[in-house]
Order: sequence, then C-alpha cells, then structure tokens
Amino acid sequence: MSSETILSMRGISKHFGGVQALSDVSFDVKEGEIYGIIGPNGSGKTTLINCITGFAKPDKGQVFFRQKEITGWPPHKIAHVGITRTFQIMRPYYSLPAFKNLIIPLWSPRARKLGGWRGGGKHGDRDTVAVDILEEIGFERDSRVPYKLASTLPTGYQKRLELARCISMRPEIIFCDEVFSGLSMSEIAGMTPLIEKLKMEGVTLIMVEHRLRELFRVADRVMALQFGEKIAEGLSGDVIENKQVKEAYLGSEEV
Amino acid sequence: MEGRVPACGWGSAAGGGDASPIRSNRRAGVIVEFLLYGIINSITLSLLSLGFTLVYSISRLPNFAHGALYITSGYIVWLLLNRLGLPYPIAVVIGILATGFIGALIYRFILIRIRGMEISEIIATYAIGLAIIEGLRWGGLRGMTFTLPPFFPGSVILAGVSVDYQRLSIVAIGALTFLGLYLFTHFNKLGLALRGIAQDERAAMMLGIDSDMTAVVSLAIGSGLAAFAAILLLPLGNIVVEAGYSVLIYAIAVCIIGGLGSWGGAIVGAFIIGFAQILTEAFLSSHFQMVVALLAIIVTLLLKPSGLFGKQKELEERV
Amino acid sequence: MRRKERIDRGIKVRTEGIYAISSMREILYLLGPRLLLIVGLILLPFILQLAPYWARVVNIMCVYALVALSFDFLANYVGLVCLGGGFFVGVGGYLSAIFNTYLGIPFYLSIPLATVFGAFLCTLLFLPCLPLRGVYFAIVTLMYPLLLTRIIEAFDILGGTNGISGVDSFPNQYVEHYAIIVVLLLVLFGLRRFVNQDIGLVLRGVKDNDQSVRASGINVTHMKALAVFISAGIGCFGGAYLVHLYMWAGISLFALDFSIIPIAAVVIGGGGTLVGAVVGTFILVPLSEALRNLGTFRIVIYCVALTAFIVLKSEGIMVYLQRKYHQFERWVKV
Repeated sequence: MSSETILSMRGISKHFGGVQALSDVSFDVKEGEIYGIIGPNGSGKTTLINCITGFAKPDKGQVFFRQKEITGWPPHKIAHVGITRTFQIMRPYYSLPAFKNLIIPLWSPRARKLGGWRGGGKHGDRDTVAVDILEEIGFERDSRVPYKLASTLPTGYQKRLELARCISMRPEIIFCDEVFSGLSMSEIAGMTPLIEKLKMEGVTLIMVEHRLRELFRVADRVMALQFGEKIAEGLSGDVIENKQVKEAYLGSEEV
Repeated sequence: MEGRVPACGWGSAAGGGDASPIRSNRRAGVIVEFLLYGIINSITLSLLSLGFTLVYSISRLPNFAHGALYITSGYIVWLLLNRLGLPYPIAVVIGILATGFIGALIYRFILIRIRGMEISEIIATYAIGLAIIEGLRWGGLRGMTFTLPPFFPGSVILAGVSVDYQRLSIVAIGALTFLGLYLFTHFNKLGLALRGIAQDERAAMMLGIDSDMTAVVSLAIGSGLAAFAAILLLPLGNIVVEAGYSVLIYAIAVCIIGGLGSWGGAIVGAFIIGFAQILTEAFLSSHFQMVVALLAIIVTLLLKPSGLFGKQKELEERV
Repeated sequence: MRRKERIDRGIKVRTEGIYAISSMREILYLLGPRLLLIVGLILLPFILQLAPYWARVVNIMCVYALVALSFDFLANYVGLVCLGGGFFVGVGGYLSAIFNTYLGIPFYLSIPLATVFGAFLCTLLFLPCLPLRGVYFAIVTLMYPLLLTRIIEAFDILGGTNGISGVDSFPNQYVEHYAIIVVLLLVLFGLRRFVNQDIGLVLRGVKDNDQSVRASGINVTHMKALAVFISAGIGCFGGAYLVHLYMWAGISLFALDFSIIPIAAVVIGGGGTLVGAVVGTFILVPLSEALRNLGTFRIVIYCVALTAFIVLKSEGIMVYLQRKYHQFERWVKV
C-alpha cells in the first residue's frame, strides 16, 4: 500500500444561520486506507462530506485532492475526478429497475472515459456491465432482484445499490455516509467483505459511521468530531480510549 | 387574456372614472404625488397578495385560484347589492364569509386528496381558478356594467395632490390590517399556533395539531382576505374577469420577491413592485405595469429563488 | 363471498416488458394497438374528406398533441413541469413567420429552421431557471409567455397586437395534413424510444433524484438543457406549422390554450405514458370543437375534467386501458 496523501482538508468551516456546523477541521487521508469519521448526532459528519463533495460550499478552508485544490467545485466535477459518495438518505432512481440504476453512473463522462469494464468494452452494452457490477456487490444474477424496481428493494439492497452506483464510476475515493446504519447484523456481515474487497482494489474509503464496533473492525484510522470540531484522530484503538471521545458518546451511544 | 389594469384601479380595464390620476396634476408636488400614489399602490399590492402568502406560509399550498376568488367575491357582493337589494355592510360581510367558505370547500373536497404533490396542487388550483374565471365570463360577467359603490365618496386635496377618500381609506385599512395580523400572530394563541405550523408542519402535527384542519382554516382565511381586498379595491373600477388573472400574477410577484411564505417579505415585495410600477407608469407608459411584475418574478427567481426573506435555499443545502 | 381477481395475460407475465414473441397471435397482440394508432392517423384525412371542417380540426389536434407530448416528456421524464407550453409554440410560430415573410424563406425551410432556432432560443432563455425546482420552475415558466406577450404589446414590435400576416400557406391539403401527422408519429415513437435509451435513463434519473445524478459525475444542468431543447423543438415545430396553417402569427400563439389544453390532455390521457398525451388531446380537442358555440365555457369544461382526473383518477385513461389490455378480471369464490 502506498502511503501518499490523496485527500487533505485544511481548516474547513461551515455554518448554517447561527449554527456552527464545522469549525476549522483539518485532516489528511492516505491513498488506499479506510478512514473512519465518528461523532454523535449533529456533530457535522454529513456536512463535512457535503463540503468535500461539493454539495455544500465551505465558508472557509480548502480541500486538496492529489495536491490539487478542489474547494467549491460543483459536485459533478468532483465526481468526475474520482471522488464519489453515498447518501445517508438513500433515494435510488425509484422508477427504474435496479440494474438500470447503474446506467446513469455508467453513462457519466468519467465512466465512459475509463471504459474497459469486464465484458462491456468501451461502447459495450451497459446493461451487461450493470448486471455484472450488481453481481459483484451481492445481487444474485439469476434471481429477480436486479430486475426489480429500485423502489421495491429492501434497505440492505438499496444500500448496496448506492455503493454499486459509486463503484460503477470507478472511483478513487468513496465516501460512505452511514452505510451500516439501519442494517441487520447479517446484512452488515455481508457488507464488510465488500468494503475489504474495495480496499484491496486500491480504493480509498472514508466512512462516516454510527456503528462503531463494525467500523473499527475495518477502519485503519479514525477521526472523531464533536460540535463540528475535531477532537481526536488516530488508530481505531487509540481513539476509542480518548477521554473526550468517551465523554462525547457517554450515555448517547453504546460503545 | 387579461385586461390592462391601471395602477390604482384594480379590477377595471378602463380605469373607472379617474384613470391615471398621476398625470392629472403634474406640476404641483410631483414628489408628493409619487410618494402618495406609490404608497397607495404598494399597500394595494400587499393587500392583494396577503391571502396568497397566508395560505402558502401556513399550509404550503400555492393557491393559484387566488385571483378567481378575488373576482368571485366582488361578483357576490354585486349580486347581493343589486339583485337582493341588501344594505352594503351586510353584503360585504356575507361576501367575505361566502368567499372564505368557497376556499374551505376547495380544500375540503379537492386539495385534501392531492396534498403534498406540489405540481398537482399547482395544476389543480390553477384549473379551479380558470374554471371560476371563465365560468363567470361565460355566465355574463362582461363589460363595464358591474361596479361597486365606494364607501367614502368624494376626494380631498393633499399637498396639492387630489386623492379620493376611497384610496386613503385603503391605506388606512391596509395598515390596520397588517398591524392586526402582526398582533394576532405574535400575541394570540391561535395566531402563534398558525405560525408554529408555518415553521414546521411535522413538529406541529406531533404536538397534536390537525394539519388538515389548519389547512382548511388557512384557505378559508386566505380566501376571506382575497375577498376583503376585493371589496376595498373594486370600488375604484369595474368588476371584470380579467382582473382575476392580473391579481394572481401580482400576488405571485409580490410573494416571490419577498420569499414565498414570508409575510414581512410580502409587504416589502409589495413596496418594491408598487414603486417600480409607479415609476414606469410615470416615465414609460401604463403598458409596462404587468411587464414590471413579470420581470420581477423572473429576475428574483433567477438571482435568489428564495426571495428576500425566504429560508428555502439554506435548508436545501443540507441535503 | 366473491372477490375480483386480476390476472396478467400470458405474454405479459412471462416476460415483464422484455417480450419474447413466439406466435403470430402474440405479434398481433403487441402490434395491434400501435398499428391501430398509426393506420388510424394516416387514414384520418381521407375519412374526413367528407367533412372539410373536421379535417382542419385534425391538424390543430395534432399540434396540440405535439405540445402535450413535449409537456409530458418534460414533466414526467425529466421532472420539469413547464406550465408555459404556449411559449414554445409562440417562439416557433413567430420565428417561422419572420423567416417566411421578412426573409422570404419558403415554408419547407422556414418550419425546420424555426424549429431548430426556436429550440435554441427557448433553451437559452430557460437556461437561467433550470436550477429551479418544483413550484418555482412551474411559476417562472408560466410567466414567460405572458411576459413575451406584454413585451410585444408594449413595444409594439413584430406587428404588435395585429401580428404578422401574409405568411405562406401549404401548397395543398395533403402536405398540410401529412406534414403534421408524420411528425407527430415520429415524435411519439421517437420519444418513446429515446426515454429508454441510456441517455433517456439519465434524464429519468434527474427526475427521481438529481443529487444522485450529480454525485455520479453528470452535469445536471446540461441534461436539463438537453431535455428543454428537445421539448422546445417539438413545441416550436407545432407553432411554426400553425403559423403556416393560419397564414398569420400573433400573440394568440402564446395564449393560455396552448398551455392549459396540453396539460389537461396529459393528465386525462395519463401522465408518463406519452401515448396518453396523444389520446388525451384526441379526446379533448374534438370535444372542444364540438362545443365551440359555448365560448369560454369550454375552458371551464377542460378545467373541471382536469381537476376531476387529478383528484379521482390520477393514473389517466391510457394507464387504465393498458392495464385492461394486459390483464383480465374474473370473479372468484373465496
């Protein structure tokens, strides 16, 4: 694993009205690692993702991707350079079947430029590629599941579909906004290998999570946020022993 | 499709007796005249839009039938006065109540089924409005024969500018209405409840406030306010159906500028459009009144869709 | 106790949309309704030769159907509810009239030119409001035709309230009929194909969840502009055709009729089916012609029908008919 810094944040601040959602958050993510972001509700985790992926503009601070500043770029441009994200509130394209959901990222300029999906070819049949990706991520090809309307899928599959959407972009970084929340233990057990597999393929993952136990099992490094401020950063084991982190979670979350 | 409406004669294509008073006395006190008619026009606009804003802010319903209700109430009062020969004050009260009732019926039987589907709401209310307006036109509401008498006939010279009492009373009553509404929503329990719903409907529902009931009430009050405005303003001109369209457009223009759902914003928006209209009328021609309103809508939506005082955008950013 | 049971017909249940055809009967089952529409439309002018007045109504009906298609496409496949269909018609109409009368371009060039340039112009004018959503987009598009009417009136340009007269007519009746009928059929089947192409799916994605399309690295504004371009092109063609049919262009091209009737037709016919838009107009426009002497009361009829369908039967006629065609019902003992 190379340890080059792929993404770095410098002093990100953001406020909504009177609420300071983020204040002066800085951190670096190394290429190929799994970086966890934890924090109690309302600590600014999702806002942080929004600021990095272009869905919100930070008031102050800079975001660098491979030493190139991407602060304030529109979301589609940021996705184009290879930074994708899942959404906490999943909203698949309801009116399309599950596999057709992937046509949209596969059609994107980035996916078309990179091309070369197994079986797909540059101008290959996107439907085939879509079903391949879905199979990779745990949709049984021969069942009816990939062909069902996305709105009829259970939560576990919708989460996978979100991840599949990111993977179809052939990203360098994936932001996972609470992919574990709302899943049963067995669904999480099915999800973890996917994440490890992505890591093996060299994709950098940044995971925002409430489910600490599951996160610590996969994450290399973890950062803790509280009231929009970074209170701890380090190896999983160290962060959880941090006094401030314990205080932040005391009574609100089971650790 | 809709007639040109002079600045101060909401409801008439021809402008009633004293069309375009701004030209009548050009030399003496142009400034006074400008200010005076600007204020009158602005208050008129905010009265027109008050019902629309109220409905939107409380129940998030864009009531595109607003203009139709405005003209309906005028027609009802005219019928009561001329066909049944009721005294004016009674006719006015019945007219306002009846219009409010129509608004409530529209919600209770039609809008309640499509609540929350924004586009259906727009199309349905717009269709209802069109049906009412065109129905009235077909039913014989044409020409210049339909007029309401002014409450206070006669006029007065104010600093060299002639103003009739009706217009002055509009300013006074309008200002009183705003004050009353402000007091109602800030110091009265029901008013505070309505304001709470306007801010967060779901939270209000969790506190046991029936959102359908409040929507009925809001539509009734909103329609009542449309009727109230109509009765104040229609005596300045004739009752013509075309006004239904222009009133709707002015109401939307005012609300969009101020920010949909913001009451204070609506009043500020009314003053902006009101003075802009008076200016264009003085320097260009009265043809541009509607152009001003339409341009105001489009420019506001393009530059700052949430309007001057809206909060929509900020919330949307939080994904 | 009895209850009604609904069962899909064989071919539908076997294939779920991807049809595997195995017999002549099934081919007919699929092609039947399509052929009925195509052949019916093509024969319509011949049948109506007995009633010349109604033959003209067919042309106008097809124009409305085009505008309805453009509304349906934009609203139900891209999620942009454009209440100003009249704007497209007006822009296309005026452009064609300008090309034809001022520049002397013959009709077979001025209509296509007006279509393309009109689509460009409309897209350009709509560009700033593309980021708007829902109610805001609807309001702003409702205002566009009104604004243009007022500007033409106030500045007294393009013939002012009198309009531009002296536009060339079509050389004969057949050109007149088939120019619009062929285009209507092409647009209808073309759009149906388009929305299922990959690019069409992206547009549908924009409707379902534009944030997610954005996160997929696609510029949503570009996609919306493309959709508006297509939709405006369809509307502009309708307007350009109409100008040559009437030999006159005026502000009535921006009129409410072109905004409200197509919407009513789409709602009645069934939104999101495209065919529904055509079927809806084929019901509404002849009905309104038959009721011509009722004057403005016709608008009341549309509006009441429109509201009734939105409230009571929001799926529309076409979805209902499709279901009936693909399923049969029977009573079973419980």
